[in-house]
Amino acid sequence: MRALGTRLLAPAILVAVGLPFATLGVWSLAERWFFPDLWPQAWGLRAWRYVFATAGGQVAAALVQSVAVATATSLVSVVVALPAARALGLYDFRGKDTISVLLTLPVIVPPLSVAMGLHLWFIRLGLAETFVGVVAVHLTFCLPYAVFVLWGVFSNYNPDFESQARSLGASQLRVWRQVMLPMVMPGLIVAGLFAFLLSWSQYLSTLIIGGGRLTTLPVLLFALMGSGDRPVAAAVSIVFVLPAFVALLFSARHLGGQSLAGVR
Amino acid sequence: MADPDAGRDARTRRAAGRGSLAVMLLPALMAVVGLFGGGLFLGILQGLGHLPGAGLSRLSATHFSRVWSDPDFLTSFGLTLYIAAVSTLVAAVISVVAALALSRLVNRYRAVHFVFQVPLTVPHLVIAVAVLFMISPAGLLARVAAAAGLIQAPADFPLLVNDRWSIGIILTYVWKEIPFITLMLLAVLQNAGRELLDVGRTLKADAWQRFRHIVLPTIFPALGAASLIVFAYTFGAFEVPYLLGRTYPMTLPVWAYKHYSDIDLLARPEGIATGILIAGMVAAAVVTAQALTRAARKKGIVL
Repeated sequence: MRALGTRLLAPAILVAVGLPFATLGVWSLAERWFFPDLWPQAWGLRAWRYVFATAGGQVAAALVQSVAVATATSLVSVVVALPAARALGLYDFRGKDTISVLLTLPVIVPPLSVAMGLHLWFIRLGLAETFVGVVAVHLTFCLPYAVFVLWGVFSNYNPDFESQARSLGASQLRVWRQVMLPMVMPGLIVAGLFAFLLSWSQYLSTLIIGGGRLTTLPVLLFALMGSGDRPVAAAVSIVFVLPAFVALLFSARHLGGQSLAGVR
Repeated sequence: MADPDAGRDARTRRAAGRGSLAVMLLPALMAVVGLFGGGLFLGILQGLGHLPGAGLSRLSATHFSRVWSDPDFLTSFGLTLYIAAVSTLVAAVISVVAALALSRLVNRYRAVHFVFQVPLTVPHLVIAVAVLFMISPAGLLARVAAAAGLIQAPADFPLLVNDRWSIGIILTYVWKEIPFITLMLLAVLQNAGRELLDVGRTLKADAWQRFRHIVLPTIFPALGAASLIVFAYTFGAFEVPYLLGRTYPMTLPVWAYKHYSDIDLLARPEGIATGILIAGMVAAAVVTAQALTRAARKKGIVL
């Protein structure tokens, strides 16, 4: 019984994980697919032609916008989180618990509460409906996540290597570049991917601060869902997941696969 | 001149250490306090009726009390709590089973482990769309039912999206969160579980005893933390219930956004107030859960 269960587990996981993507894939290629047929009556590339040609400009612009926002958010998160995580991981000091709580809150409090509060302030600062404004609101939760990932990295970090390099005459900058950075690089990449994916899948905070002017992919996808064109919505959905798959393959290739555990 | 300098040397070094810590922490803390704290603070002010130019003297709890006393608020709260609790519970139970099964399997099938990570990276919105295509009245499942002769028309198929029991929403969350919880559990199990289980077996503990007294205490902190994160997320999330939920009642986040984006600008502070209430409830839930765990531990209840 147990042997059978174990043998069925792998196929069951494959089917459960694969089914939503298969559904989206078939829908994106369906020209006509009326109830109750299990299979489309006519196949075609209409949806994909729409995505790449008719609305090509719109989808490409949304793709560029999403990539730009997520990349900027991820880079700022990692650069700002790195020194903070080093301080938290390597040193003991008063107020560390308070800082930990302070960083936990943005991880659990939903972004919509923060985005609605920030909106009016951002309007007055001229940040509403701007790229910087959307990146800023994404930072509220991406940055703490990055700090937590890197905090874990620095908890297992041995600073003695740095003193050795320094005693051999390396400058502070060289120590950072040639000792610290290579040692924490895998963690740095995970933290960056983490922040990228979190920002990538944001919808409501982008909509509130971006005011519909900053059309990222999820904003576009929601608009398309409203139009009720299923094949097109399926095709855009597939475009929307691709970066996630690339990130996953990348992490599996370079970081040994297990490292994305914890991404949401 | 020389005296104070000599005396300061040791002190400055200590101060420099503290100073450099501050320099390392300050950018991150400023960003979090400024943007996150600032956002919440301004949200509270606006929820209390503060309008630009009106000054702070006119603060009142009118909007909060209007939200609070709206009969729909309680209905929305109940729906939100139901979705978050059921999604978390179902995902947690399946995750425990899956983690136990996979901990035996993973070393042999790295591919399974890889596939299991796929849902982690996929945006909730995409899965909500796929779930809609699968279980809506004209969806894949309804077509299978029609092929099996169970139903004749889409209308015969039970409503699973935009439905009373929020099946579609819960299904989406469960699909997304099982890998998240399972991988957190696997990390713990693979580090700590093995040898203790062997000890348990040598001491002739049966399967249930091994689960109750070895596996559960080992995984509980990770299970609790992961479940809390899932609960907090599903309680405050907007996209999935917006797409797969009913128009009435709405979940609290959808309700908050609807007020916020209302053409009637007077509804806006109520939307913000609802957002602040959601933040408060999520924070309260996490604090309570942590306090309960700590209290249980102090009383010697090993979980």
